[in-house]
Amino acid sequence: MPTPPPESAAPGNSRVPGMVLKAFFPTCCASADSGLLVGRWVPEQTSAVVLAVVHFPFIPIQVKELLARVQQASQVGVAVLGTWCHRRQDAEESLGHFLEGLGAIFSHEPWLQLCRERGSKFWSCKATRRQAPTCPGAPGEDQVMLVFYDQRKVLLSQLHPPVALPDHQAGDAVAGAGGLAAVFDTVARSEELFRSDRFDEGPVRLSHWQSEGVEASILAELAKRASGPICLLLGGLLSLVSAASACRVFQLWPLSFIWSKLSTCEQLRHRLEQLTFVFSTQKAENPTQLMRKANVLVSVFLDVALGLALLSWLHGKDRIGHLAEALVPVADHVAEELQHLLQWLMGAPAGLKMNRALDQVLGRFFLYHLHLWISYIHLMSPFIERILWHVGLSACLGLTVSLSILSDIIALLTFHIYCFYVYGARLYCLKICGLSSLWRLFRGKKWNVLRQRVDSCSYDLDQLFIGTLLFTILLFLLPTTALYYLVFTLLRLLVVAVQGLIHVLVDLINSLPLYSLGLRLCRPYRLAAGVKFRVLEHEADRPLRLLMQLWLPPHPLLGLPVPQAFLWGAHLPLEAERGQAGLTDPGHRPARHRHTATVSPPPCRGR
Amino acid sequence: MEDEQSFSDICGGRLALQRRYYSPSCREFCISCPRLSLRSLTAVTCTVWLAAYGLFTLCENSIILSAAIFITLLGLLGYLHFVKIDQETLLIIDSLGIQMTSSYASGKESTTFIEMGKVKDVIINEGIYMQKVIYYLCILLKDPVEPHGISQVVPVFQPVGCHLA
Repeated sequence: MPTPPPESAAPGNSRVPGMVLKAFFPTCCASADSGLLVGRWVPEQTSAVVLAVVHFPFIPIQVKELLARVQQASQVGVAVLGTWCHRRQDAEESLGHFLEGLGAIFSHEPWLQLCRERGSKFWSCKATRRQAPTCPGAPGEDQVMLVFYDQRKVLLSQLHPPVALPDHQAGDAVAGAGGLAAVFDTVARSEELFRSDRFDEGPVRLSHWQSEGVEASILAELAKRASGPICLLLGGLLSLVSAASACRVFQLWPLSFIWSKLSTCEQLRHRLEQLTFVFSTQKAENPTQLMRKANVLVSVFLDVALGLALLSWLHGKDRIGHLAEALVPVADHVAEELQHLLQWLMGAPAGLKMNRALDQVLGRFFLYHLHLWISYIHLMSPFIERILWHVGLSACLGLTVSLSILSDIIALLTFHIYCFYVYGARLYCLKICGLSSLWRLFRGKKWNVLRQRVDSCSYDLDQLFIGTLLFTILLFLLPTTALYYLVFTLLRLLVVAVQGLIHVLVDLINSLPLYSLGLRLCRPYRLAAGVKFRVLEHEADRPLRLLMQLWLPPHPLLGLPVPQAFLWGAHLPLEAERGQAGLTDPGHRPARHRHTATVSPPPCRGR
Repeated sequence: MEDEQSFSDICGGRLALQRRYYSPSCREFCISCPRLSLRSLTAVTCTVWLAAYGLFTLCENSIILSAAIFITLLGLLGYLHFVKIDQETLLIIDSLGIQMTSSYASGKESTTFIEMGKVKDVIINEGIYMQKVIYYLCILLKDPVEPHGISQVVPVFQPVGCHLA
């Protein structure tokens, strides 16, 4: 009994008038023997998607059973679309008649007949409609256009829309997919059809992309089986660690302040979050999330590998000893250079004439601090080697952790520069506040705190006198303070720039999508985002043949955040509040606190 | 079936248009841009090298000369690979879509395919370029959210402006 295909419920609607019929043919079947074409007919696009070729001999009942089974498993309306004739020898006329007779057993509207001659590149295609056409003037035969596609690549490139949720109707997802997405969807859902290869002893012999042997990899299967328990175990461990780190002890004031300032803790927290994301027991919903998980995993592996290499390099040939020995002289040298600088500022720097008294006071103040710092370093020197040795062990957690520790060590060693900067900035800020307020007094104005604006005000004579005097004093002391402020800000900028570079490197290792880059090199079709067509050799009066190839987008790197990280890491130290330095994708990375110690001048409104 | 005609672009360079008719449902239009001219290449190379030689006589450092050679080579390669378009092709396949291919002088090909379901209309748009008004062909794409809106205007051929060649 010929079973009508399930798509064409209303037989008159099975074509869109004016559209040419497109037959999507897999390239692997182009050299197959003659047989029946099995696939899906998409009436909205007037296209026939051929999925496989059924070879002789076959029993029609068994073919129909197979198709019904595939249809039930995959919810795709698979049917026999037509016949495929591959004439290997010249005298095979009987085959042609036999194939035409098959049209009576499996009826499909329209019935495709593809034929390939031996030694000829050009094919012949016919699509016949048995029923009388409803619209007058429409021919009984349609024009056919052949589009070749590589089944394996289309399946593996995951261009199809994601799998519909089980509570949705399967018909919704298929109907919503327009155009070529319907083709990809069909190929992707017909896994059941591709499961039998030619070594199976089934009743029906099929030809498709897996007919030479089902593709599978032992490693991939083992990884899939093992991933469940491993994810559970590691997920449990990670949740324990995060619970321990979130406990009350660490939220107390001194500790929480220290944790927030150290970039090592930030990096460790970031890594913990990433690992929790990777080892979560939830399956990835779409290919983007899977790609993200893979990227994170590969970057963690690389990080740990580089860290172990650094560890082995550090612990060999007593390098840590050399490093510790070199550290104290370097700190001494820096302190000496700072002393020279302060002596220079106390003299006549760059030919400018400073106010001697203020100069001496500030210079001696900073010199005393420097002296304290040098004695502190000398006090610490016997312990440095041991500290370095233990810190070097942290490299096994990853190169990024070592780099963060390096950045923290630089911050600690240049703490005196930071202190000088703070003093200079505070002094300068106070001076500017005073100057602006007294300038207003000089002009006879006042800052109205209630109305938040400048108002005129009548001062007494003695107020004006003292105000003007103070204004003059502050004005003439301004160059000295400004110079000290400038010098120490530049020094601080230098340190911040070095730290910023280290942070850029850390961000690069954290967020470089190595898995996607590797895929782009080895398996570019996995990253395909579209298709492109090529017209194959054409002869007049023959059907047009097109080759559909996967198209890679020109910039596959997923939003490289390096330039932004650099901008945020090395800007002037008077900004960057915590949380402001978040990079673009909030789901991808948490907002990172940039390690630039801030001095935000208090709002200088009139006193 | 092929057909060739020659035109000139807004800078006066020669363009050749080829029309191929594959079948009633498939046509191809191909624009070939003028090739890289030897004259302009020689002029640019000579300028760069004269400048480098001038700097060398000032600084007496031979690294400048090697740097000039590197810069010229890299600049030429970059220009051929990223900027100089040899040929632009427009392939129209009935009920499948429209495909635009640009092939660069270094052999690189960049393709864009637009499905027929996304195409709203093909129009000729006017644009102001310096002091001229130029007409260019572009494709309007449908907005998935709003049925009557337009999401993108895609010019068909790259603005064939005044290239170095």
